[in-house]
Amino acid sequence: MIEFKDVTKTFNTKEGDLTAVADVNLTIEDGEIYGIVGYSGAGKSTLTRMLNGLETPTGGEIDINGDKITGLSGSELRQKRQKIGMIFQHFNLLWSRTVLKNIMFPLEVAGVPRKERKEKAQHLVDLVGLTGRENSYPSELSGGQKQRVGVARALANDPEILISDEATSALDPQTTDEVLDLLLEINKKMNLSIVLITHEMHAIRKICDHVAVMDSGRVVEQGTVFNVFRNPQQEITKRFVNEEVDPSLSDTNIVLDDLIKSYPNGTIVQLVFHGDQAKLPIVSEIIHQYPDLQVSIIEGSIHQTQEGAIGTLYLQLIGNSDNVDGAMALLKKMRVETEVIHHD
Amino acid sequence: MTNGSYFAFKTVDWGNMGAATWETIWMTIVSMIAVAILGVLLGLLLFETTASNNFAVKALNWIVSFLVNVFRSIPFIILIMLLLPITKNLVGTIIGPTAALPSLIVSAAPFYARMVELAFHEIDRGVIEAAEAMGASQWQIVYKVLLPESMPALVSGATVTTISLIGYTAMAGAIGAGGLGNLAYIDGFQASNNTIVLVATVIIVIIVFIFQFIGDFLVRRIDKRTL
Repeated sequence: MIEFKDVTKTFNTKEGDLTAVADVNLTIEDGEIYGIVGYSGAGKSTLTRMLNGLETPTGGEIDINGDKITGLSGSELRQKRQKIGMIFQHFNLLWSRTVLKNIMFPLEVAGVPRKERKEKAQHLVDLVGLTGRENSYPSELSGGQKQRVGVARALANDPEILISDEATSALDPQTTDEVLDLLLEINKKMNLSIVLITHEMHAIRKICDHVAVMDSGRVVEQGTVFNVFRNPQQEITKRFVNEEVDPSLSDTNIVLDDLIKSYPNGTIVQLVFHGDQAKLPIVSEIIHQYPDLQVSIIEGSIHQTQEGAIGTLYLQLIGNSDNVDGAMALLKKMRVETEVIHHD
Repeated sequence: MTNGSYFAFKTVDWGNMGAATWETIWMTIVSMIAVAILGVLLGLLLFETTASNNFAVKALNWIVSFLVNVFRSIPFIILIMLLLPITKNLVGTIIGPTAALPSLIVSAAPFYARMVELAFHEIDRGVIEAAEAMGASQWQIVYKVLLPESMPALVSGATVTTISLIGYTAMAGAIGAGGLGNLAYIDGFQASNNTIVLVATVIIVIIVFIFQFIGDFLVRRIDKRTL
C-alpha cells in the first residue's frame, strides 16, 4: 500500500516559489492500477517522482507498505529504489547495451551474480514478448519494442510498485494498446501495483481501477474509474471524460449542425449508458412503441472499462411532440441518461 | 650541400629518421595515455560539480574550470619554457623525449577535459535519471552509464587531441625534445637540407593519418546509436 499524506512540493525558481504539488492525500492499494491524469504541468510527474526519491517533498510524507520513504538517503534510498520499477515516455534505454544487457542493468546495480542475471534477464525478455531480439541494440527496435525492454528492465528486481510516467505518450494508438495490455497482464500475473501517469483518458479507462485527476498541483477528483467516467464532478474531469467518451466530438458537432439545418424540427438527444444498459435494445424499443417516430443514429460508441461498458449514442428524433415526449419518457424509464442537445 | 633541393634522398640518414619517428610516436602515445586518464578525471570532476547548490562544490568547479581555461590559453611554446624548472625537477633533464612529456600532458589534458565534460553533457539526462531510479550509486552511474554512453565522443575527442599532440611534439622537438620536429629543425632547417624537412613532414602526415584512421574505425565500431 502506498500512502501520500499531505504531500507538498515547492520549487524555488528565479520567478519565485512554484508549488508543483499541493497537499496531496492518496492511498493506493496493493495490486491495483492507479491512474493519475492531468494536463502537462499539473504536477503528476513531480508527485510520482517523490515516490522513488527523485524529488524530495517539501511537506508531508509518503509511506510504502508502512515504511516511510521520505527522508531516506544514501544506500537506504538506493535499496528502496531497487524495489520500485519505473518506465518512461522516452524509454531511457542505454543505446550502448543490447536488449539483454539493458535488462541486466538493474540486476548489476543490485549485485545479482552473473549467471543469475543472465537467466533472469532472458526470462523477462520472454515475458515481454521479445524472444529472439536479445542481442539487438535499442536503435534497431521500434518504439513499442523499446518500451517492452523498458518494462522488462523495470521488473528485473521484482519491484513492489511499477511507476509508468507517460510511458505510452510517445507511441501510436495501436502500440499504446499493446503496451497497456502488457501492463495489465503483468499486474494480474504478479499482483503488482502500478501507478500510471498519463494525459490520455484512454489509458486510464483501459487498465486502471482507480483514478485521481490533478490540476495545478492538487488532486481535484478521485475515485473508481467507473464512477469518475459515469459521473465526473469537476470541469476538468468532464473535459477529460468527454475527450475519451467521444474522441470525434468536433466531427459530431459538424454533423449535428448539418442535421439541425436539414431537419429543423428534429430533436437531437445524447444518451449515455452504463454497464448492462449498453446491452439493452433501447433504439428498437423506441421504434416499437412509437412507430410514427423517425429515429436516426448520428453517432455512437461503446467503451469497455475495467468495471463495465460505457456507451454514448446520439439520436435524432423526428415526429410530433407527443411521440418525442413519449420517447423521452421511455428513455427516462429505462434509466438512460438523456440530454437534449438541440431543440428547435 | 644539397643546394636547397627537396629531393636529394641520398643525403637522408634513414637510421636517424627512423629513430626520430619512433621518438615522435613514443612521445605521442605516452603523453596521450596520461592525457586520456587525466582528461577523463578532470572532465568528470567538471561535469559532476557543474549543477551543485553546495558552495564548496561550486568553488571547486570554478577553480578547476579556471585552471583548465588558463592552461588551454597558454601557447604551447611558452608553456614549455614556463614548465622548464618543474620538468627539470621531475625528469632530471630538459632535453630528450621524456623531458617533453610534462608540457605535452599539461597542455593537452585541459583541452581533452573540456571535450570529456561536453561528451558527458550530451548524454540524455533521462538515461542518467533512469539509472538513479533503479538505485544505481554515483560511481555505478559513472562507469555503467556516463563512460559507455559517451564512448564514441570520448574516442573521437581523443583522436583530435592525439593529432594536436603530434603537432606539439614537433614544436617541442624544435627546442630539444627529439623526434621528427627536432630532426627537421637541426638536420633540415639549420643545415639547409630541405629534403630532410620534406621527409619529416611526410612521415608526420602519415602518422596523423594513421591515428585518424584508427580513431574513426573505433568510433564506427562502438557507436550503436544508428545502425
